[in-house]
Amino acid sequence: MRNFEIINIKDTRSGFGEALLELGKTNPKVVALCADLTGSLKMDAFADAFPDRFFQVGIAEANMMGIAAGLTIGGYIPFTGTFANFSTSRVYDQIRQSIAYSQKNVKICASHAGLTLGEDGATHQTLEDMGMMKMLPGMTVINTCDFNQTKQATLAIAKHEGPVYLRFGRPKVPNFMPEDFEFTIGKALHLVEGTDVSIFAIGHLVWHALEAAKELKKQGISAEVINIHTIKPIDEKAILKSVEKTGCVVTAEEHQINGGLGDSVGQVLARNLPAPIEYVAVMDRFGESGKPEELLEAYGLDAVHIIAAAKKAVTRN
Amino acid sequence: MPKADELKKIASQIRRDIVRMVHGASSGHPGGSLGCTDLFTALFFEILDHNPKNFDMNGTGQDIFFLSNGHISPAFYSALARSGYFPVSELGTFRKIHSRLQGHPATMEGLPGIRVASGSLGQGLSVSIGAANAKKLNNDPKLVFCLMGDGELNEGQVWEAAMYAGSKKVDNLIAIVDHNQKQIDGPTDEVMPLGSLRAKFEAFEFKVLEMDGNDMDDIMETITRAKSETGKGCPVVIIMKTEMGMGVDFMMGTHKWHGVAPDDEQTEKALAQLEETLGDY
Repeated sequence: MRNFEIINIKDTRSGFGEALLELGKTNPKVVALCADLTGSLKMDAFADAFPDRFFQVGIAEANMMGIAAGLTIGGYIPFTGTFANFSTSRVYDQIRQSIAYSQKNVKICASHAGLTLGEDGATHQTLEDMGMMKMLPGMTVINTCDFNQTKQATLAIAKHEGPVYLRFGRPKVPNFMPEDFEFTIGKALHLVEGTDVSIFAIGHLVWHALEAAKELKKQGISAEVINIHTIKPIDEKAILKSVEKTGCVVTAEEHQINGGLGDSVGQVLARNLPAPIEYVAVMDRFGESGKPEELLEAYGLDAVHIIAAAKKAVTRN
Repeated sequence: MPKADELKKIASQIRRDIVRMVHGASSGHPGGSLGCTDLFTALFFEILDHNPKNFDMNGTGQDIFFLSNGHISPAFYSALARSGYFPVSELGTFRKIHSRLQGHPATMEGLPGIRVASGSLGQGLSVSIGAANAKKLNNDPKLVFCLMGDGELNEGQVWEAAMYAGSKKVDNLIAIVDHNQKQIDGPTDEVMPLGSLRAKFEAFEFKVLEMDGNDMDDIMETITRAKSETGKGCPVVIIMKTEMGMGVDFMMGTHKWHGVAPDDEQTEKALAQLEETLGDY
């Protein structure tokens, strides 16, 4: 099995910021909007380099989504930036009507998603965002796993015509995706080959899934790890091909069990290839303050819990 | 024929279309549609520099109009069809299955003239600001117009947008508020009193104009003035007094016809008051 090395420790949001600056240089149609979180979203470099194409809207996310929709009328590709909570639940109707239903080419870029936001607590730890966004017809939903993938995804969505929700996070985490793993929207990445259980992981939990697979191997269980970075449209082929081989599944995500990756994988399997699934997700509860790693452990989202889930899936197979 | 008289004739036909569309669908919003008919007529047949025969979503080099209070879609659809965006015959499909004329305006079915969906209130001014910003980036000197209802001003997003437009000097934008002083549950003064709209918008750094939205001469004169106020560092808003149900006597002076369709007998009575000038669809 391929050994994924930690290249460095970086936050995913910095990957977004770097790519946005690059887009500013390469694509004059790219514009950016921020609701008073320019530093947190790492949008300062773009704002400094392209002041005419940067719109500071203040703490007014609903207005930001509407302005973004309007900027597409005139040929621009707006990237909105704020925390995941304020990018989704706070402005769901604006996104639904002015962006999704109106088929506007807006890129909703959301940082500080999930429990790993940490100390700020449950008000800011959105765990429902992917579910809400994937329910909107025509919306592409992506959750990246590290700095490199976030950078690649940010560049990729600029080339994609249509509304996109791009979710990433706050903490510094292992940056491990080698550059030869090309990012294509909707195309899952096969990280580890295995025969006993398929682990489908998204976001920060991809690294934990790789750690889990290493430990499972030592214990005699061959786990396949697939990075489903795009939850919608989901890569049905990759899921089915893997489960045809392994026969059982673990899904791992930093999201509510309701509406997340597990639901999406479960739907694919129920319609095509019923198989036992174990869910590593937040079990229908709100988060709380704490350090990111403490929270992942407390809410059952770390490698230890992925290992336990994999063993259980194997016994059910 | 003087311009205003010609426009009045078109307005009469649009009012007939509104009544017939809403009757044909057994649903819809005739009150506000009839109240804003004169404005739609002036905009689509005289004021807007636009290209109905060749609709372009980006509207580059053209004036762009957004309807924020999407429920008065009958007036919007009739003005679009009568000015050449799509065949007039299509008005008969309003609110029917597989129609491009959805209950509230939408882009999904590809109806020419619609640039964004509206219906859930309060979103149009933000979208208009975005389109106005795009025009500035494109060095496009044309204008963006946005019509809102006065009841719609209850929505917080409108004031987020107003704060932005004023402080960021979005001066290629003309907002129009249909101040008929009525909303679904009753007079605005009872449901959610608006106070002084002039003072409110002036506080948000808008240039504020007022007009009688059922007086064609006043509409033409005021919008011409509004256009001359653009490019001067502040957005423009026109507070437009209208009479809900204008042109149909039994629909005027009440909020009851906000969202109710007339029956056969009422339709006949209404149409008897509205001259057929361009031929019914």
